[in-house]
Amino acid sequence: MANPAPSRSGNTPDLSGAFRSRIARPPSKWQRGSDIAFRWVAHAFGAGVVLLLLAVVIEVMRHASSAIGAYGLSFLTGSVWDANRSTFGVLPHIVGTLYTSLIALVIGGFLGITVALVLSQGFLHRRWELVMKNVIELLAAIPSVVYGLWGIFVMIPVLRAQVASLSKQFGNFPLFSTSLNGPGILPAGAVLAIMILPTVTAISREAMAAVPPRLAAAAYGLGATRWEVIFKVTLPTAAGGIFGALVLGLGRAFGETMALAMLVGNSNSFGWSLFSPGNTLAALLANHFPEAGAIEVSALMYAAAVLLSITLVLNVIGSLIMQRATSGLRGLK
Amino acid sequence: MTQTPSIPRRAVSGCLALVALFAFAGCKKSEAAAEAKPASSATVQAAVAEPVTLQGSGASFPAPVYSRWFREFSGKNPEIRVNYQSTGSGAGIKAFLANQTDFGASDAAMTDDELKQAQGNVILLPVTAGHIVLAYNLEGVKDLKLSREAYAGIFLGDVKKWNDPKIAKANPGVKLPNQDITPVNRSDGSGTTFVFTQHLSAISEKWKSGPGTGKSVNFPAKNAVGGAKNDGATALIQRTAGSLGYIEYVFAATSNQPTALLENKAGKFIAPELKAATQSLAGIELPPDMRAWAPDPAGEEAYPIVTYTWILAKKKYDDKSKADAVKRLLKWCLSDGQNLSESLHYIPLPSAVASTVSKAVDSIE
Repeated sequence: MANPAPSRSGNTPDLSGAFRSRIARPPSKWQRGSDIAFRWVAHAFGAGVVLLLLAVVIEVMRHASSAIGAYGLSFLTGSVWDANRSTFGVLPHIVGTLYTSLIALVIGGFLGITVALVLSQGFLHRRWELVMKNVIELLAAIPSVVYGLWGIFVMIPVLRAQVASLSKQFGNFPLFSTSLNGPGILPAGAVLAIMILPTVTAISREAMAAVPPRLAAAAYGLGATRWEVIFKVTLPTAAGGIFGALVLGLGRAFGETMALAMLVGNSNSFGWSLFSPGNTLAALLANHFPEAGAIEVSALMYAAAVLLSITLVLNVIGSLIMQRATSGLRGLK
Repeated sequence: MTQTPSIPRRAVSGCLALVALFAFAGCKKSEAAAEAKPASSATVQAAVAEPVTLQGSGASFPAPVYSRWFREFSGKNPEIRVNYQSTGSGAGIKAFLANQTDFGASDAAMTDDELKQAQGNVILLPVTAGHIVLAYNLEGVKDLKLSREAYAGIFLGDVKKWNDPKIAKANPGVKLPNQDITPVNRSDGSGTTFVFTQHLSAISEKWKSGPGTGKSVNFPAKNAVGGAKNDGATALIQRTAGSLGYIEYVFAATSNQPTALLENKAGKFIAPELKAATQSLAGIELPPDMRAWAPDPAGEEAYPIVTYTWILAKKKYDDKSKADAVKRLLKWCLSDGQNLSESLHYIPLPSAVASTVSKAVDSIE
C-alpha cells in the first residue's frame, strides 16, 4: 500500500524499502517453522510408506524362512501341494497366476484402451463422456466376492454355451483341448479383465487427455484424417501413460484373490487348455491359510514371497520398457 | 430497549431446561422399569445372579445346530450367554489351545499332538453327528447308485466318464451320458475332507497309499475343482455340468441337489437318509477319550460315511461360574437339544452315547 518508491540515486538501486514492505519481507518465524514442519511431515510419510512395505517383506520372509530352508528352490519347480505329506511346490500356481493375468491383460487392456479413446477423443458429447467415465469407475467399487458370485452364476453358464463347439471342433489345438465344465482359467481371466478395466481405462484416458491439443491441431492442419491423428499422433504420444496403466492393471490382476479363488477351480494342476481348472498364488493363500499347520503356514509365506517378487520384477521390467518406449517422445512435452 | 429482549430469551431457555429435565427423568424412569423386570425373574430362576458369557469357536459344519441350541438355551437361561463363531475346526482348536475361548468345536476331534499341547486339561465331547453325501449334477439321472469301486475311482481320477462300466454296472436301465466327470472337492482345509478321505482310505488301498487321510489332501484327479467351505462346494456342484462332490448332508438337503446311493460294507446301496445314518452311529463304540470314528461302518442298512462332531471343553475351569455354565449348557444340549437335531438335518445321538457323554460332562470342574 504505502510503498516507498525505490530511490534512483547511485548505480545500485536501494532495495531496503522493498524489504520493509508487506509483500516482500523475510519469512516470519511462524512461516519458517511451518515450512520446516511440513517438510518433515512429508518426509516422514514418504519414509513411512517405504518402511511399511519393508516391514511386510521382513515379516513374510521371517515366517517363510523355515520353508525356504527346508524346500529351497525345489519349491518353485515342484507341482504338488500336499499338506498331508508336507510336500509343497508352487509351479502350477505361478503359471496359473501368469496365465490368468495375461488373459485379463489382453482382454481388459484392449477394452480399456478402446474405451479410453472413445471417452477422450470427442466421439461423445461432454455429458455422456462424464456419465460413461463414472460408470466405468463404479466397476472398481464392486466387491471382489460379488464378481466371484457373478462369475459362477452368470459368466460360467454363458461361456460354457459359447465355447462348447470350440473344444469339439478344435480339440487338437492345445488351448481348446478340454471342455469347459465349470470353473477354469478362461472364466477367471475374463472376470479378472472386467476387474482391471477401471484401472486401465481411468489412467490411459488421463494420458490421452493430457496430449497437447496443438499436436492434433498441427496434424489436422497437415491434412491428416481423424483416424491418422489418433493412431499416429495421440496414441504414440500417450504411450507412456497407457503402458503405465497396463502395468498397474497387471499388478491388480496378480494380487486379486477372492474372485479368483471362486472361479479358477483351485486345482493344483496345470494344463494349457483355457477351459481346464487351475490355481493362482493368491487363491492358494486364501484357501489354505485358515486351517494351515505350522509347516504349511511357512510354505504359504514362501508362496507369498514368490508372489511379491513376481510383482516386483514385472513392475521393474514394465518401467524399463516404458522408459525405452517414451524416450523418443520426451521433447514433445 | 436493550433489556426487553433478554426477558423472553431467559424465559425460553428456562422452559427448554425444564423440558429437558422432564425428558431425562422420564427416560430414567422407563429404563429403570425395563431393567427391573428380567433381573427379578432371573433371581427366581437361578441362584447365579451374575450373567456369564461363554465364548466358543470352531467347526462350521455343526454351526447351524449349535447356534439354534445356544439361542434356545439362552432363551430359557437368560443369565448364560453363548457366543459361537464358526471359524473352522483347525482355527477352533488353535483358539481353544491359546485360551482365547471357553470351549472349542471340531469335526476331526483333536490329534495326539494337539492333545499333548492341551496338557491334559481338555475333554472331548461328541454332541451331535452328521453324514457326508455325494451330490451330483447329471441331467435326467435320478437315484444314481455308486459302488465303492466307482466313487473311489472317480476321486482318484481313474473313472473319467459317466458311462464308465464301473458306474453302469450298478445302474441297470439308466441311460448314462458319455460325459466327463468333474470331481468337486473342498479347496480349504476342513473336517469334512478329513472324514471323507478317512473313509476313502478305508475302502481303497490305492487311496490310502496315495492321497491318504487329512484335512486337506492332494486330490489326484486332473480335472478336479475345489470350492471354499461347504456352501462354495455346493455352488460348484450346482453350476458344473457332470460334477460329483462330497458335502455335508445339510447342504444337499437344503439345496435340493440329488445325492447318490452309496454301497456300504455289506454290499447294499444306501440312500443318505437320517435313519440309515443313525444305524451307522449305533455301531461305533466310544473309547474313554471319546475319539471314535467309523471309517467304514458295518451293518446291513448303515450309511457308509458318518461322523461325530466334538465340543472341546476344559476339564478344570479357573472360574467356577464358567464351569457351572458350561456344564448346564452341555447337559441341555445332550438332553433337550437332541430333539432339535433331526429337524435341522443332523443325527441325534444314540441314547447310550448321550448318557456316556453326559457322565463325562459331570466330571468338569
